[in-house]
Amino acid sequence: MLLTVENLHTFYGQIEALKGIDVEVAEGEIVTLIGANGAGKSTTLKTISGQLAPREGKIVFAGEEIQGMSAHQVAAKRIVHVPEGRRIFPRMTVEENLEMGAFLRNDAEGIAADKEMVFELFPRLKERRQQKGGTLSGGEQQMLAMARGLMAKPKLLMLDEPSMGLAPVVVETIFETIERLHQEGITILLVEQNAAMALSVADRGYVLETGRIALTGTGKELLTNEQVRKTYLGEV
Amino acid sequence: MHFNIADVPQQLVNGLTLGGMYALIALGYTLVYGILLMINFAHSEMFMAGAYFGLLWLNILSKQSFFTGSAVGLVLLYGVSIVLSAIMTGILGVLIERFAYRPLRHAPRLAPLISAIGVSLFLQNAVLLWVSSRSIPFPVKFPVYQYTLARDGSGSLAFTVLGASDKIVDKLGQGAHAIVQFSTLQIMIIVVTLVLLFVLDTFVSRTKLGKAMRATAQDRDTAGLMGVDINRIIAITFFIGPAMGAVAGIFSGMYYGNIKYNMGFIPGIKSFTAAVLGGIGNLRGAMLGGFVLGMAEALASGFISTAYKDVIAFVILILVLIFRPGGLLGESVVEKV
Ligand SMILES: Nc1ncnc2c1ncn2[C@@H]1O[C@H](COP(=O)(O)OP(=O)(O)OP(=O)(O)O)[C@@H](O)[C@H]1O
Ligand SMILES: [Mg+2]
Repeated sequence: MLLTVENLHTFYGQIEALKGIDVEVAEGEIVTLIGANGAGKSTTLKTISGQLAPREGKIVFAGEEIQGMSAHQVAAKRIVHVPEGRRIFPRMTVEENLEMGAFLRNDAEGIAADKEMVFELFPRLKERRQQKGGTLSGGEQQMLAMARGLMAKPKLLMLDEPSMGLAPVVVETIFETIERLHQEGITILLVEQNAAMALSVADRGYVLETGRIALTGTGKELLTNEQVRKTYLGEV
Repeated sequence: MHFNIADVPQQLVNGLTLGGMYALIALGYTLVYGILLMINFAHSEMFMAGAYFGLLWLNILSKQSFFTGSAVGLVLLYGVSIVLSAIMTGILGVLIERFAYRPLRHAPRLAPLISAIGVSLFLQNAVLLWVSSRSIPFPVKFPVYQYTLARDGSGSLAFTVLGASDKIVDKLGQGAHAIVQFSTLQIMIIVVTLVLLFVLDTFVSRTKLGKAMRATAQDRDTAGLMGVDINRIIAITFFIGPAMGAVAGIFSGMYYGNIKYNMGFIPGIKSFTAAVLGGIGNLRGAMLGGFVLGMAEALASGFISTAYKDVIAFVILILVLIFRPGGLLGESVVEKV
């Protein structure tokens, strides 16, 4: 396993947001985490990426325990977290945002090549390379957030609700990109409200309910699971 | 009022000198605010501490004949004293952040503010107790000249350099009068300030570390996800601001000829005003605000009354807060959340 999360408990003050979570991601997989608002999806990603410290549990990445490390130390393991709400740097240009993604790298040529690679992936960004991040449209910001994540050469790419608030066409583009990255061998942990889309691209999925894993299975199994269809795919 | 248009050039030169000092201090307020959203009330004491550290090094180094024997030695004497004082004050700033602010980082916003006031009082009283309660002369050991643009006796433009005891009429004839004069000190202050501001601006906008500082100011958590060590960035910020403030403190000592334990208070408030005037959190804004405030103050004291010179800063502060709360260079980018 590339990533093994075991019995993870995370608190916000007195509130226990994660009540013992187990998640596994194998190299090359797309794994999705679905669940209702407030289920603890973002909290899970934040705990893995070191933005939150768990009170209990283990996070093992590539054979090394990383729970409790700070965010910049986790980033150095090439675990890349593209946060909910995109969180691009508003007063930096598109290009500077991409450079921030490559902050921990020192290979100037590799960085330049990857910049071309993400511009090829998202041609829109190339046209807007000198524009300030804060002036981009929501869809463009999401592309930039993903592109910035890719600039770090992720071993594990964690995406938190990349489709949130975007028009259906843009959501298509984003998911096409996710599949393409998957084909290129990048391991992805995808958090989504859009369960149908997420399960259709994922190898495996976990359903999170109020801080616990309620269900797990392959993408197909979950897509056909009656419980999931009722609760998360809006079927009666 | 005794407005005289002929005095304007000289007031502007004085304002530029004063403004440079304000700019150097103001950027410390703005950098810290940009990253921690905190007003570092102890920053005015960095200006004061810098002046005292500067004096300490001047006294130590003056004992070496190398530093007093030649013109080059004298330049080095002040240069080295300024650099050492800036480093010591920078370290003081880092220590203050580490022990007085960092433990309160997740406390309510008022807590670090009160801690800052405590640090400020502590530092002032430490100097008062252990150094002196009086003002101490601050030596300028090199000759100061007045570089003078003037009209000579016949009324045509002339340029001359006046030593401390030279009279303009002796050099340029009866009826000669100065249009504008730059003293050696003013030139030094203005040039060094501009160089420092340029270097800092380039550092922040071009280098990797500078970009990390800006990213941290714009979104601290996300900068962390990029691999930026936030505590390191905060420490660097708390080094740069006080180091620059220290340079201003030494300049102030040289310019006014003395230093005192409470010398930071008024320039601190004025520089804070300059930072707000430029748009707090905005580095170029703080620089611009410093110069605008220095000019405004010099013109006001020249044309209204010197008694009003301290009031002008507060009038400007109030006007800015009412009419342009974002400051002159306040953020124009619409941010989408
Ligand atoms: N900063 C915080 N302080 C206190 N409680 C929080 C905080 N952030 C999240 N929570 C709580 O923790 C629980 C899990 O939140 P989390 O953000 O992980 O949910 P989520 O599954 O990502 O939801 P969404 O789909 O709305 O993004 C929620 O009950 C939420 O109210
Ligand atoms: Mg969430």
